[in-house]
Amino acid sequence: MTTTADPEATTRPLRRPASVGGLDILSLLVVLLVLTPVGGLVYFAVQGSGDLWPHLLRNVIPTALWTSLLLLAGVGVMVAAIGVGAAWLIAGYVFPGRRILEWALLLPLSVPTYILAYAYLDVMHPVGPVQTALRALFGLDSPQDLWFPEIRSLGGAIFLLGFVLYPYVYLPARALFMMQSPTVIEVARTLGSGPARTFLTVALPLARPAIAVGTSLALMEALNDIGASEFLGVRTLTVAIYTTWVTRSSIEGAAQIALLMLIVVFALVVVERIGRRHQRFVGRGGRQHQAAPVHLAGGRAALACLACVAPVAIGFMVPTAYLVVEAARRIRAFGLPADLGTWVANSVTSALAATLVAVAVGLVVAYTARFSRARWSGALVRLSGIGYTVPGTVLAVGLLIPMTSLDNAVDGAARSLLGLSTGLLLTGSGAALVLAYVVRFLAISSGGIEAGLAKISPSLDSAARCLGAGHVRLLGRIHAPMLRPAITAAALLVFVDCMKELPITLLLRPFNFETLATHVYGEAARGTYEDGAVAALMIVIVGLAPIILLARTSFRGGDRGPG
Amino acid sequence: MSASTFRSAAVAVLLGLTPAVAAAAEEVNVYTSREPALIQPLLEVFTKETGITVNTIFIKDGLAQRVEAEGANSPADILSVVDYGNLIEFVDRGLTQPVKQEELDAAIPASLRDKDGHWFALSMRARVIYASKDRVTETALTYEDLADPKWKGKVCIRSGQHPYNTSLIAAMIAKDGPEAAKAWLEGVKANLARKAGGGDRDVARDILAGICDIGIANSYYVGLMRSGAGGEEQKTWGEAIKVIMPTFKDGAGSHVNVSGIAMAKNAPNRENALKLLDFMVSDEAQKLYAEANYEYPVKAGAPVDPIVADFGALKIDPLPLTEVAAHRKDASLLVDEVGFDN
Repeated sequence: MTTTADPEATTRPLRRPASVGGLDILSLLVVLLVLTPVGGLVYFAVQGSGDLWPHLLRNVIPTALWTSLLLLAGVGVMVAAIGVGAAWLIAGYVFPGRRILEWALLLPLSVPTYILAYAYLDVMHPVGPVQTALRALFGLDSPQDLWFPEIRSLGGAIFLLGFVLYPYVYLPARALFMMQSPTVIEVARTLGSGPARTFLTVALPLARPAIAVGTSLALMEALNDIGASEFLGVRTLTVAIYTTWVTRSSIEGAAQIALLMLIVVFALVVVERIGRRHQRFVGRGGRQHQAAPVHLAGGRAALACLACVAPVAIGFMVPTAYLVVEAARRIRAFGLPADLGTWVANSVTSALAATLVAVAVGLVVAYTARFSRARWSGALVRLSGIGYTVPGTVLAVGLLIPMTSLDNAVDGAARSLLGLSTGLLLTGSGAALVLAYVVRFLAISSGGIEAGLAKISPSLDSAARCLGAGHVRLLGRIHAPMLRPAITAAALLVFVDCMKELPITLLLRPFNFETLATHVYGEAARGTYEDGAVAALMIVIVGLAPIILLARTSFRGGDRGPG
Repeated sequence: MSASTFRSAAVAVLLGLTPAVAAAAEEVNVYTSREPALIQPLLEVFTKETGITVNTIFIKDGLAQRVEAEGANSPADILSVVDYGNLIEFVDRGLTQPVKQEELDAAIPASLRDKDGHWFALSMRARVIYASKDRVTETALTYEDLADPKWKGKVCIRSGQHPYNTSLIAAMIAKDGPEAAKAWLEGVKANLARKAGGGDRDVARDILAGICDIGIANSYYVGLMRSGAGGEEQKTWGEAIKVIMPTFKDGAGSHVNVSGIAMAKNAPNRENALKLLDFMVSDEAQKLYAEANYEYPVKAGAPVDPIVADFGALKIDPLPLTEVAAHRKDASLLVDEVGFDN
């Protein structure tokens, strides 16, 4: 691990001679793609008169901004504490259940926030099982005699989002703790540093990039969440955008707020990057030697176990158990929904297609950042995340205009040149949906691959170059094997996110194309939750396989400690 | 656009997936924000009777934007939505075309369709009062009564920004003026037992739980709950409440909203779409359509589900929906101003 004040001097990878290569052209295309929805939003925003703003600034934005900031602060603290804490325990200690918990801690990834919110609202409601049981226990008659925290509140939203989004931090933090040069940690221990001090002064600062990336992904999800926030009555900026659009029929005003939010988020991301500009974190890549994990016993072991079980229970087991019960009721009464297979197939196909494209594009982004001489290569990496900073619904609308314009242009050309109509090629087929997913989740794939690439020391590139290896050979022979876990992890995360995605799917899908998520939404919208439970459970189940696979790829190899 | 875009497009063309290519068959395309399960059974009957295939996309937010963006190439023939606000927005954005059909005009009262035939209501739902069977003795109430301090800490309602509520508030503005409407909204806000939020069904559930005694919600949810369509648990919610058909204080009637349908401006299958429109007001379809969601059919004489009939006769507020619509935006601004949802 090197931390140098002047990164250019020692660790910057060798760059290609000054010429615009194929990589640069590809990345320009990527820039175009990710900026497409922003262009769409600008198109809407400039049509607005802005006459809503006095009202918004007086009555809406202050509350919404404050609520959003509190939500982000709360969720940020929660995901960082849970994610880093669990990762540190799993990486550094041996206690009962550790081997199962190591991968089980990822399971909340498969639960969409809107399903989580609904499940908890039902389970924790005064007439739900928990409060009913508590009343029976204490011999209380009326629900009003029992004090119980209100889940429909900002606190409730922070709690729920924290427990379902922490895996975004746990995954990279754990990987980093596992890969951290043991010498640093062992040196700290040898010098008499206790576990708490080693964690706070050595391990935590070194893990900062991973924690920052993971936390910002979780925060974007929290900021853009509409399902859970609306359900829990939390008036965030995203809800304000949504209200302006849907209730006041002003897509123009909504686009203006969305662009404002985008600028604020982007500024935050840039500030965070500048904050660690002068730090470089390069792992040695090898895993042959690892700081010996500490064996825990007795009360300490039980505490460590409990600390890791709680997030899994709250973020996964409770909502899943709820879905199983509801789905079982439905199946007992009516059997399996006849179209279930079609919904699964549609969900999986569209998610799979998007994942493949997202990984390919993510590779372009990550490699541009590493090798391009172009000045904008750094900007590209930051831009690639833009789709993640806009609410999904808004992103989908932003994409509508550019995509249909292209469709109509192609159609017009075909009509005049060939005398036939092509119709709407992108928006009429699933292509628009796949592209929208890619723009939405590119931050996950490019971020993951970039992080994986960063762990490969540039000295390897230099060595390969000196021995005459070209770009392709470097990628194929040196990077590919080392990058495989990072690519697999990124792909699986994108896949699971596409499976859960709702607003984009609703707006951009072709005719007669029902997915699991859209079906759940349709049933929830008319309140027949039991009918939706089977499909909701399927989202979780289909998400499980990639998550377990993710655990296997991420945790494979020499990084597994005893226990 | 990236290379992948063109590849996907090329694949789409080769597979013949585009609507233009597929348009040769006898079909009609429906963009709907009404849930598929509510219209699918009906559309199946239509297909069986006419041999016309119905393609649907269930789109919630952005339906107007999608049709608008697709422009002249839009495959949409029929736009099906809930809330007259959406229907009027379609017309304002120039996404519809007028339809003149005797069957439609005969079946649908003039107040429930656009005067030039740009949209037609197919069913109605009333904004009613849910009240605790055990704790509320009143049997008749006005909307205005809910601002009475006697209900302090006893009222539940969903977000004031929800279209069902902005529509009711807009009617209040149209009738009593913005000042009175604001005072009413502040009074209801002061009476809330919990933060405004959740759905209409939560009003019933929270009444069962003893969190509140009274609230405003849509009529059809009672049917969905009591029939067991929403599951066994929801039956107990539905049984905990009684339905009061409220009027405004002028005594005119209950506030209703509609679900409705419009012919898209660039409908490629106009003839088939006309057949579908006619079918929708047939006795059979009106019955199926209203029953599926426990709504009131627009066609006189079409039967109402017994659960809904049990609420008592529906007396519709005669104020035209187009007049209420003019105040929708002000209603939404008022909700923010009062901080109703905070």
